[in-house]
Amino acid sequence: MTAAPLLELNAVRKHFPVGTGGLLQRRTAWVKAVDGISFAIAPAETLGLIGESGCGKTTTARLILLQERPSAGTIRFDGEDVCAISGQALMRYRREVQVVFQDPFGSLSPRMRVGSIIAEPLEIHTDLSRSAIRERVAEVLELVGLGRDIADLFPHEFSGGQRQRIAIARALATDTRLIVLDEPVSALDVSIRAQIITQLEQLQRRLGVSYLFIGHDLATVAYISHRIAVMYLGQIVETADSTKLCASPLHPYTQALLLAALPAHPDDKRERLALSGEVPSALAPPAGCRFHPRCPRAMPRCAEEAPARREVAPGHVVYCHLY
Amino acid sequence: MNAPLLEVCQLQTHYVTFGGSRVVKAVEGVSFALREGETLGLVGESGCGKTTTCLSIVGLLPPAARVVGGEIRLNGTNLAQKSRREMRRLRGRAIAMILQDPMASLNPLFSIYTQVAEPAYYHLGMRSRSLRRRVEELLRAVRIPSPAMRMRGYPHQMSGGMRQRIVGAIALAAGPKLIIADEPTTNLDVTIQAQYLDLLMDIQQETGVALIFVTHNLGIVAKMCNRMAVMYAGRIVEMGAVRDLFGDPKHPYTKALLGSMAKLGSKAPLYAIPGQPPDLVRPPPGCAFHLRCAEAMPRCATQDPEDFRCGPGWTARCWLPRLGATGDA
Repeated sequence: MTAAPLLELNAVRKHFPVGTGGLLQRRTAWVKAVDGISFAIAPAETLGLIGESGCGKTTTARLILLQERPSAGTIRFDGEDVCAISGQALMRYRREVQVVFQDPFGSLSPRMRVGSIIAEPLEIHTDLSRSAIRERVAEVLELVGLGRDIADLFPHEFSGGQRQRIAIARALATDTRLIVLDEPVSALDVSIRAQIITQLEQLQRRLGVSYLFIGHDLATVAYISHRIAVMYLGQIVETADSTKLCASPLHPYTQALLLAALPAHPDDKRERLALSGEVPSALAPPAGCRFHPRCPRAMPRCAEEAPARREVAPGHVVYCHLY
Repeated sequence: MNAPLLEVCQLQTHYVTFGGSRVVKAVEGVSFALREGETLGLVGESGCGKTTTCLSIVGLLPPAARVVGGEIRLNGTNLAQKSRREMRRLRGRAIAMILQDPMASLNPLFSIYTQVAEPAYYHLGMRSRSLRRRVEELLRAVRIPSPAMRMRGYPHQMSGGMRQRIVGAIALAAGPKLIIADEPTTNLDVTIQAQYLDLLMDIQQETGVALIFVTHNLGIVAKMCNRMAVMYAGRIVEMGAVRDLFGDPKHPYTKALLGSMAKLGSKAPLYAIPGQPPDLVRPPPGCAFHLRCAEAMPRCATQDPEDFRCGPGWTARCWLPRLGATGDA
């Protein structure tokens, strides 16, 4: 996309120290949860971030939400380095970047009424009057298709899908420009999943909000995203347009993910997954290309040298020695 | 054709709470049959009665639930009339169950060896060296690397995928004829899920065990099953060969479920089923799905349709295919 990116991550790293115990609490090991990732999200764009558990998806989300500070690299929002801002600018950032979590049972306080849950970010971040807040709460509730009269109910009175709508309404309340969606449909039933996904698409069309959609189900992520970044052990291995990524994946890991995806029809038989083993520990990631111990097409070179970034087609970036 | 291995006839299981004042009709007249070596997919949204159906079969219903009607015949004997003691002798030996969360089905305090050996110890009477050999063999069958060493370990030392494979080994330990797998891969990563499903297919080919796959993921059904039964509000609304149902679904609910599934690489809009599943304490009159159905007719609100035969081994509980059939005639 040609528009200036809304959010831009550049060589972002997050390493967590692991205390080895003992009296001196010496820190000897580092978990490289996120190790040099770069991507950009344009206004009104959805970027899908896909990978298996432990690959650093959620740490990336937490970095964007400023719940963690990057160990190195920069995160820019609207051209501004978000790690350097404070005061009013920080408040504005927190207002414009919101999050929806996976579990709608854990993310809504059971002791608060729906109205107060959605009003909370407005009370913190804006100086709207109480009646204006009430009006805004009603507005976003209607936006997500729930109706304004539910503001006085408690979360336990709603099903999983409805709760996820409440969480989306809360995320939208403060003139949001980017929503981090951390596996927003994984905990929901198939039919409800489709409801939430179409709802998210409609909201994007109406409000021009950008999404970072984190997931592990390739079919769902590919459906909603414009572009997809595939993560493996703290690094991005391939970024491409979502239709292109599904049609011609380049990185062997992306190919494996596509093979592992479940068929949409009993007749669409795939070859067996050649991938063996499990994701290695981020404490001691393999040298060279991190995927090489599991890679069916690994070469001697892969064990020694980390592959460099290569743009094989406009917008299609892959980190692999094969290309 | 040989007699089916498992036959469930008009099974009714209700949850009775508040001293009988509240009855949840979780399973309301479910019938299906399963042959040896066959794989049946039981699909539907949460709360549609999939799990209750399976728990009724293995006799592990929670105290509030009762099988109030119908028969469950395994090799011709009715399981619904068996005592708890008799059921205990059958469970693990003839029927095994794999649950969703491997951490909850494994005991953290016992070694892998003890847990995998238990069914073979009790049901097959194996002891000492032959038992050890059996456990090793089972762990090797579920592709646990260096089984002789791993079986001395404990569940917390294993990854999620390995734990689920160990649960699979326990299920296989006494050589059951039927394994019921209740959402066995929901907690696993996609590549681990694919490995696990491939493993189950291999095991089925080797042992000829019949499988019931309980899932809400239609992709798993497409990959694994020969036949599928779609459940809604405690009833099977459509049942038949997987290929038939995916190719030309007859019941609007099956159509809706297939339409709501994201297909890899396709941007065709998803169909979102409006509304929520009905309350099973007070199910709606007529067809339970009519409130959410895109093709509902006036009679759907008052008359509950019966099963209609759409083809060999293919039934749909809906007025629509019946109309089509009479229209053609």
